[in-house]
Amino acid sequence: MSTPSTEPPKSQRVKEVIERVTIRFAGDSGDGIQLSGNQFTLATAMAGNDLGTLPDFPAEIRAPAGTLPGVSNFQISFSEKSIHTPGDAPDVLVAMNPAALKVNLKDLAKDGTIIVNSDNFTPVNLKKAGYTSNPLEDGSLGSRRVIQIPINELNLKALESSPLSKKERDKCRNFYALGVIYWLYDRPLEPTLQWIADKFAKNPAVVEANQTALRAGYYYADTTEIFTHSYTVRKAALPPGEYRNITGTEAMVLGLVAGATLAETQLFYGSYPITPASDILHELARHKNYGIATFQAEDEIAAVCAAIGAAYAGNIGVTGTSGPGVALKGEAIGLAVMAELPLVIINVQRAGPSTGMPTKAEQSDLLQAVVGRNSECPVAVLAPATPADCFNTAIEAIRIAVKYMTPVFVLSDGFLANSSEPWLLPDISTLEKITISHKADVNDFKPYRRDPKTLARPWVIPGMPGFEHRIGGLEKEDVTGNVSYDPQNHEKMTLTRAEKVRRIAQDIPPTQIVGEPSGQLLVIGWGSTYGAITSAVENVRARGKKVSYVHLRHLWPFPSDLGEIIRRFETVLVPEMNLGQLKLLLRGEYGLPVIGLHKVQGRPFKISEIQSKIEELI
Amino acid sequence: MATMTAPAPQTPKPTRKDYESDQEVRWCPGCGDYSILAQMQRVCADLAIPREKLVFVSGIGCSSRFPYYMNTYGFHTIHGRAPAIATGVKCANPDLMVWVMTGDGDGLSIGGNHMLHTLRRNVDLKIVLFNNRIYGLTKGQTSPTSEMGKITKSTPIGSIEHPIQPVAFALAAEATFVARAIDGEPQHMQEVLKRAAQHKGVAFVEVFQNCNIFNDGAWEYLTAREIRDDRIIELRHGQPMKFGKNLDKGLRLKGFRLEVVQLGQGVSESDLLVHDETDEDASLAFLLSRENPDLPVPIGVFRSVSHPTYDGLMKAQIDDYTSKRGKGDLRKLIHSGQRWTVGA
Ligand SMILES: Cc1ncc(C[n+]2csc(CCOP(=O)(O)OP(=O)(O)O)c2C)c(N)n1
Ligand code: SF4
Repeated sequence: MSTPSTEPPKSQRVKEVIERVTIRFAGDSGDGIQLSGNQFTLATAMAGNDLGTLPDFPAEIRAPAGTLPGVSNFQISFSEKSIHTPGDAPDVLVAMNPAALKVNLKDLAKDGTIIVNSDNFTPVNLKKAGYTSNPLEDGSLGSRRVIQIPINELNLKALESSPLSKKERDKCRNFYALGVIYWLYDRPLEPTLQWIADKFAKNPAVVEANQTALRAGYYYADTTEIFTHSYTVRKAALPPGEYRNITGTEAMVLGLVAGATLAETQLFYGSYPITPASDILHELARHKNYGIATFQAEDEIAAVCAAIGAAYAGNIGVTGTSGPGVALKGEAIGLAVMAELPLVIINVQRAGPSTGMPTKAEQSDLLQAVVGRNSECPVAVLAPATPADCFNTAIEAIRIAVKYMTPVFVLSDGFLANSSEPWLLPDISTLEKITISHKADVNDFKPYRRDPKTLARPWVIPGMPGFEHRIGGLEKEDVTGNVSYDPQNHEKMTLTRAEKVRRIAQDIPPTQIVGEPSGQLLVIGWGSTYGAITSAVENVRARGKKVSYVHLRHLWPFPSDLGEIIRRFETVLVPEMNLGQLKLLLRGEYGLPVIGLHKVQGRPFKISEIQSKIEELI
Repeated sequence: MATMTAPAPQTPKPTRKDYESDQEVRWCPGCGDYSILAQMQRVCADLAIPREKLVFVSGIGCSSRFPYYMNTYGFHTIHGRAPAIATGVKCANPDLMVWVMTGDGDGLSIGGNHMLHTLRRNVDLKIVLFNNRIYGLTKGQTSPTSEMGKITKSTPIGSIEHPIQPVAFALAAEATFVARAIDGEPQHMQEVLKRAAQHKGVAFVEVFQNCNIFNDGAWEYLTAREIRDDRIIELRHGQPMKFGKNLDKGLRLKGFRLEVVQLGQGVSESDLLVHDETDEDASLAFLLSRENPDLPVPIGVFRSVSHPTYDGLMKAQIDDYTSKRGKGDLRKLIHSGQRWTVGA
């Protein structure tokens, strides 16, 4: 256990260069943990490191202060090398109270460091967290280094001359703590000072207090001798260009705006609030000057229906929700399949059936997307791999939807939506325009006459004279679109709808294989497990062992070359945050044995979990 | 947008025929739906609404087959959801005249929630609710407008549900135009539909419609020739509320209730209530809409007030925001927030 008095004098403090650090901030949901995490992330991004983050917060808006369910976490990993995950085990845990310590201790590396706000380790708080004795004193923290800082007291002292009330001054303590960590990891203060200035511009006293707290924390770490070391992580060798840090939600929204811009068409977003998808609505609603209409519907059914109506009338129709919302939208998605209208459905997946675990991530809506409706109801399904990749995926979803006149699912998840990474800003002049090419001739117009290549029917929009026609959810007669109960026609139309969606595969680029094109073991992943699988595969390969990796963006249809690739390997491993949904689809599609690795804890895979499974198989 | 060739010009003076599609109408012979279809086609012709501007959106039910029979744009959707889909259509293109054709089950049971919210938002949609007090398409179960005690296939020993009053529902939802018509009174229905078409904002029209197969004579207790004049009162804006064969009866307010009075016996026309459909306060309209065996049942326009429409506000907000902020520049948006540069 470390206390200031036992630390060596300042002159002996060492500035150590390290390759990678993983820090977890933990505290009450009211402690501003997510805000601190985001600011630290921004400072880290601007310091030039590669990084990954994992925000993890309770579903309750404000669980009782100091209790275990009220703990909010934010983990960040940053490195001088390219990294793909927010890290397995934190090296440093910043615990603002006993509950935060209790909840997170088991994840901390054995030789990790714990920084605590000792002022919060009061008998009352210890009791609330279920401690019978003070872990800072009873030796239960083992070999970990513990740094105790009386943050409440130091913060108030630093803000003595502030005109703010005590309660308001207390609120600044997360910036005080942040200042300490900035010193420890050699982060620049400027981005955060600037952020504070912008954020609280209307209230100079608040700006002053928060900036003072941040600086005071920094100087405290610098002048007192609580740390023997400070650390530097060098800039990563990222591809050159302009960057910003971006979450999956932000990237998804920018992708939707970009898609609408590229299509030169108004985008209509119909949605009903649900965690973790609501933020897409919040963000899009701020972008109305980009040709965006947002509609907060009375429920998910109305949300998707309004998007379908808007698509019928010529807009890019988009609806976003999470699993339970998709369950409600199922029937309407079937209508869009039958009416062959373009529609984008974003599912920010969350854990568990019913309301499950709203703030926790899972990948268990894959089958719901591919087959989770009545009858043969094919739609395209895409999944972004990383937060920044949400941008490209949203654009691609719009492109496929209008080109093939079909609903397209985008399977994001709570982890992708909330976590962030540095994003190399795209050159928008290189983005391909989205053109709607299927034509119709007014003299011989038939609503279900198809483009021979894509099988898309024309997108004829109400208001166009001479093209008046009726569509609906009842089975269509081929070409005319009239209602038909003819058995042969129904079979033909069912096959045609399936074939149309399968033809989307003609637009999928050749599958990229990491590693050898054939061999003993192929790992196939999809969605947000990308980072953990990539790191695991890299680690195994760095040890000279052979394992190959394919990450799928297209979950339905599969890329045309996938079957052939799978056949070149002895074993296929599919790690998924579900009980084997892609595994089931691959087995069904290719009839080959596939092994699954499953995790359903509402948390992303650790690299080590995937790595040991790979090692077991080779 | 799909590329289209030049449109065929429409005849200058449209007739009912111009609005008839080539599809065979498949309702049961004698169904009240035929009359509604015929009146709608006449109204569209009378108002010379360009066919390409008309969109009929429906849910599911016998009545919801309606769009197939109109030679306009049409979207036969899913059970109960027509108001939501039509909201999307209208918001995407406010130039269209969008009608929602729905049944009592479609619009008030499975779609009750959407109906409520569409009405309160004042989306500029024309909603026609065919009320036959039964589920027709699924062959005769109770609907939310079926009377208490009703024997149907799903209630063989009688319904134990209290019915909803569609007009009262629409008024309570703050609909800006609320009216009622009867399938057997074509002239009056045309008048009402015309008014609905001309209303800017949500227009809700309940039509008493006979399902001669599963609920024959459901409205006879009001509409039978011998009693019709004593049981039905036609609302006319600015006119005293009079009814009866010789227009010798009227409605008057007694405390918080309506009462029927006989003209002549110490009661004159000036004692009667005068209908004001433009009253912002819908209380009297609501009173009129309540079912009461002692009172005649009103038809005609209960309420017609002018409020901004949802689709209009949506468009105005987008336009206004765009003119204030400037048309969005994607490059600027992507290059916003705190950024840094990594050198080559
Ligand atoms: C989701 C769903 N549930 C149930 C049905 C079956 N269904 C079709 S129409 C209908 C009731 C129609 O009654 P109403 O709206 O009064 O119309 P009517 O046929 O009397 O004109 C029902 C229950 C359906 N098509 N879809
Ligand atoms: S079942 Fe009733 S409502 Fe349906 S078409 Fe026949 S008569 Fe009309």
